[in-house]
Amino acid sequence: MANSASTPAPQAVSLGRRFANQGATAFAVSAAILVLVPLLAIFGYLVIKGIGSVNLAFLTQTPKPPGEVGGGMANAIVGTGLILAVASLIGLPLGIGSGIYLAEYGRNRFGDLIRFTADVLNGVPSIVIGIAAYSLVVVPQKHFSAFSGGIALGIMMIPTIARATEEMLLMVPNVVREAAYGLGIPKWRTTLSISLRTASAGVITGCMLAFARVAGETAPLLFTAFGNQFWNLKLNQPTAALSLQVFTYAISPYDDWHKQAWAGALILIFLIVVAVAAVRIVTSRGMLKGGA
Amino acid sequence: MNPSEPLGQLQKPVVAVPSLAQVGREPKTGVGSAILRKIRDTHPRSSRVPDAVFGVIILLSAISVFAIVVLVAWELIDKSRMSLHQFGIGFFYGHDWDPVNGAFGAVPFIYGTLVSSFLALLLAVPASIGVAVFVTEMCPLRLRAIISFLVELLAAIPSVIYGLWGIFVLAPLLREYVEPFLARTLGWTGFFTGPMYGLGMLAAGIIMAIMVVPVIASITREVMTAVPQNQREAVLALGATRWEMIRMGVLRNARIGIVGGIILGLGRALGETMAVTMVIGNRPEVARSLFAPGYTMASVIANEFTEATGDLYLSALVEIGLALFIVTLVVNALARLLVWSITGGTARVRG
Repeated sequence: MANSASTPAPQAVSLGRRFANQGATAFAVSAAILVLVPLLAIFGYLVIKGIGSVNLAFLTQTPKPPGEVGGGMANAIVGTGLILAVASLIGLPLGIGSGIYLAEYGRNRFGDLIRFTADVLNGVPSIVIGIAAYSLVVVPQKHFSAFSGGIALGIMMIPTIARATEEMLLMVPNVVREAAYGLGIPKWRTTLSISLRTASAGVITGCMLAFARVAGETAPLLFTAFGNQFWNLKLNQPTAALSLQVFTYAISPYDDWHKQAWAGALILIFLIVVAVAAVRIVTSRGMLKGGA
Repeated sequence: MNPSEPLGQLQKPVVAVPSLAQVGREPKTGVGSAILRKIRDTHPRSSRVPDAVFGVIILLSAISVFAIVVLVAWELIDKSRMSLHQFGIGFFYGHDWDPVNGAFGAVPFIYGTLVSSFLALLLAVPASIGVAVFVTEMCPLRLRAIISFLVELLAAIPSVIYGLWGIFVLAPLLREYVEPFLARTLGWTGFFTGPMYGLGMLAAGIIMAIMVVPVIASITREVMTAVPQNQREAVLALGATRWEMIRMGVLRNARIGIVGGIILGLGRALGETMAVTMVIGNRPEVARSLFAPGYTMASVIANEFTEATGDLYLSALVEIGLALFIVTLVVNALARLLVWSITGGTARVRG
């Protein structure tokens, strides 16, 4: 060390090292470009192929029988909303509840177990959740239903929301809680009105991300919500969903259905991108970082 | 002080809530400091009942997470019992899948799942690490947020849309240009021979590669960011070039977490259903050529579950689901442990 410090003029970087440096830079840049190409291609094709088939009939009518041109996916759009409403009713309270547990009560062995289980649940393939929802809800009820689809998607929302809620609550400093306790506010009130409220922006972000993630899910709906060619607003009946409809139409042999599949996909992704963009706006407002 | 009195006025928090930007910089100490415990112990009796009720409700929702996983596992075991008894371990090395004649062997699906997933990783790993390196170490600050947002956006695209794009855009592209080219140049390896349908193992691998890039890239980025800045400065101070700094100062420190991210990507690929089902061709055969159609564990469930006639057929499909569940459980558990070892247990890992 001492010897090298005594040679004042720094040696020029050798050609090989310079070459390796530039090669690595070129590789990283081209990797970034390569990853963004499919993104642009997917969105480009969605807009180009989908926009032509989005019209009033598409948004207000139900599907026509195979072979007939026309019709729309109105029932599927409403069906998706119905299923997602059920999913949110299950996923939001349970997810936020377990997040509160993990942050406020769960700094122990049992909390670690729940934390680990939540992360594992997050990785369970959606089709497997679908099988479970099928045998837990569809089999006892003896028919496919919007309700069972909502349960499958709700289960998938829980781990994401729980971990986001936990992370955001941990960012709320203890001083705030201590101040609340000092004023004689009970723990439940402190948690709900002080901690959770302080962390609300991040928690909402987590919830919306979870929502966006399940909104386009298809696999767990295949044998729970099942799909339906007609209007259905009953929770215990087979229900159409946009994602299911896109799948069915995409693998069908009819050209008109292919066009409608693109249109359905465009509507679906439009709704999801709106949700994700809203998430970005909430987080970039200088609220809690780390949620997105 | 009567504790019930001030409650009415506390509709709006009297406590000064610090600005949220400051909050993030506070050291993360566990909730439940000595002061909190002391305050709680001296707390008026009247709030103990509501606190206990609240605690129980919160505990129940936490238990529900655990209960769901146990319930899912139990349902899978219960519903696949018939197939487990009938075929035993032979289910996993039987080559024939012929429901009509009662032959159920899972090998074609296991093969298809493994080959398509590893093909996806082969393509996705270098690309993801490249993107992560570019975003964390090279790109201008202004571009950083945009590129990571766009990569995250890839994760937000539903699987069924990848499938749609795969059928109508990627498959024709492969059939017309890529596969003839591969057959000419690499046909001698035996991996790129036979009729070119476009739809097949290669298409499935490419689609899945695009889908797992955001998973691996975001975790790699996370663990690279977790490497302390002074590691970089130390390597640079020794006269390293930027690449040498990244290689020695960053990637070497982050490697366990990156491996965790790759395994997490593998978990995602193994369970991926819709996009693969739409492009892999769905033929239960083991073929060496990547042009040939295949079938995966997830897609056979997706395609045949509602059409399964007979209890044994259904039971065999659930058993495939059970196998998928166990494999992804192990893979994910492993990945979490690796990533946690770098970022600490509280870092949220999205997969």
